[in-house]
Amino acid sequence: MIQVLIPSQLHSYSGGRSRVQAAGMTVGAVLDDLDRQFPGLKFRVVDEQSRIRRHMRIFIGREAARDVAEPVREGDELMIAGALSGG
Amino acid sequence: MTGTELLIGTRKGAWVLRDDGRRGDWRLDGPQFLGQIVSHVVQDPRRPEVRMMAAATGHLGPTVFRSFDAGATWTEARQPPAFPKAAEGAAARAVDHTFWLQPGHASEPGVWWAGTSPPGLFVSDDDGETWTGVAGFNAHPMYDKWVPADSGTPDGPLLNQVVIDPRDPRHMYVATSTGGVFESLDRGGSWAPLNKNVEANFYPDPYPEYGQDAHYIALAPTRPDRIWQQNHCGIYRLDRPGDEWVRIGKAMPEEIGDIGFTIVPHPRDADTAWVFPMDGTDVWPRTSPGGRPAVYRTADAGASWRRLDDGFPREQGWFTVKRQAFVADAGEPAGLYLGTTSGEIWASTDEGERWRLLAAHLPEIYSVAAASRE
Repeated sequence: MIQVLIPSQLHSYSGGRSRVQAAGMTVGAVLDDLDRQFPGLKFRVVDEQSRIRRHMRIFIGREAARDVAEPVREGDELMIAGALSGG
Repeated sequence: MTGTELLIGTRKGAWVLRDDGRRGDWRLDGPQFLGQIVSHVVQDPRRPEVRMMAAATGHLGPTVFRSFDAGATWTEARQPPAFPKAAEGAAARAVDHTFWLQPGHASEPGVWWAGTSPPGLFVSDDDGETWTGVAGFNAHPMYDKWVPADSGTPDGPLLNQVVIDPRDPRHMYVATSTGGVFESLDRGGSWAPLNKNVEANFYPDPYPEYGQDAHYIALAPTRPDRIWQQNHCGIYRLDRPGDEWVRIGKAMPEEIGDIGFTIVPHPRDADTAWVFPMDGTDVWPRTSPGGRPAVYRTADAGASWRRLDDGFPREQGWFTVKRQAFVADAGEPAGLYLGTTSGEIWASTDEGERWRLLAAHLPEIYSVAAASRE
């Protein structure tokens, strides 16, 4: 399983939980599993062309993921973050 | 208690102003969805307890919320408006935000239409739970000409309105910030530009077939063959089946001009409409000319205009009123409501003769819609 850190912007989906578990071999697959657990979450992070939205960031450990196709491994921690988006 | 409600969408959430049943005292309730960018909140005239909200945030992607209890609780669309996955090498469009929500024709319960940025037309036939793109517009062979990739407003290029002929659900208009007005006679299956005689002074040919910025269009409720338009370049009227717009804004006082974002038709009198002029000179401040806010009303289909400013600041009032932020209710006499980008709601319950401030200190107001309370 992958540990996933959920930012405050998505707590309305995760029931207020900031740390959840999900399964998947890629960032996209983990997001698909999160969307099964928390319907609607994925589309607010990734657009319909499978691009990570402009003001969202996803880190695998300490490395920024640029693409949802990037692989994740069992035991990885995946952090979803709201980046700077203006006032 | 029956009455009137104003559904207010702002850059930072949604609020509701509820009247006392007589449009006398108003109470401000909210916020709902604090921090979400709410482009539009509207009531379903076919089922007044149904409301639809277009939302996004600075971080999160766009979505649609639906309420079936007059806004007390909301659920999210299962499949919000989104473009199809692009083929390899093709332009990959993604909805940035849903800008406009339009209840469908009275004969089509549960049907809603949406306009987005970048410009896309979407439809739902299940009360907004799932949305699909309308290929007749979104995949039209002329789409790239009507919606150039490098065009747009500061908030992005818009399909800013969907308008349906109350006599015929197949007859539709859309307004865009990139190509002007388009008409469909087959419920969105095919579209043609409808911009003859409308200026686009930012092009070498100032009267192109398409390319105009149609800020707002509205059918006269009691004469749907009459279309009012507040365009980027002026105020227009078109009486169908004609197809040549008339620049009725030329009758506005020269020092005021005919630039603005919106035009409001009278609910019963097809010759009457109101506009909120803004300064389109020099570097286009888009504020009330001279810092003296005023509504202008025509009662003769645009042949003449009368200034209505009683109650507004006499000076230093630099209002900007955006596309969806000026509306009428169906009351007798008609009530008028406008929201400013500085977070104020102003109202007139005598068709614009006198104005008063209903609410202040809200975030930047994007939309105001009048709703009836059962």
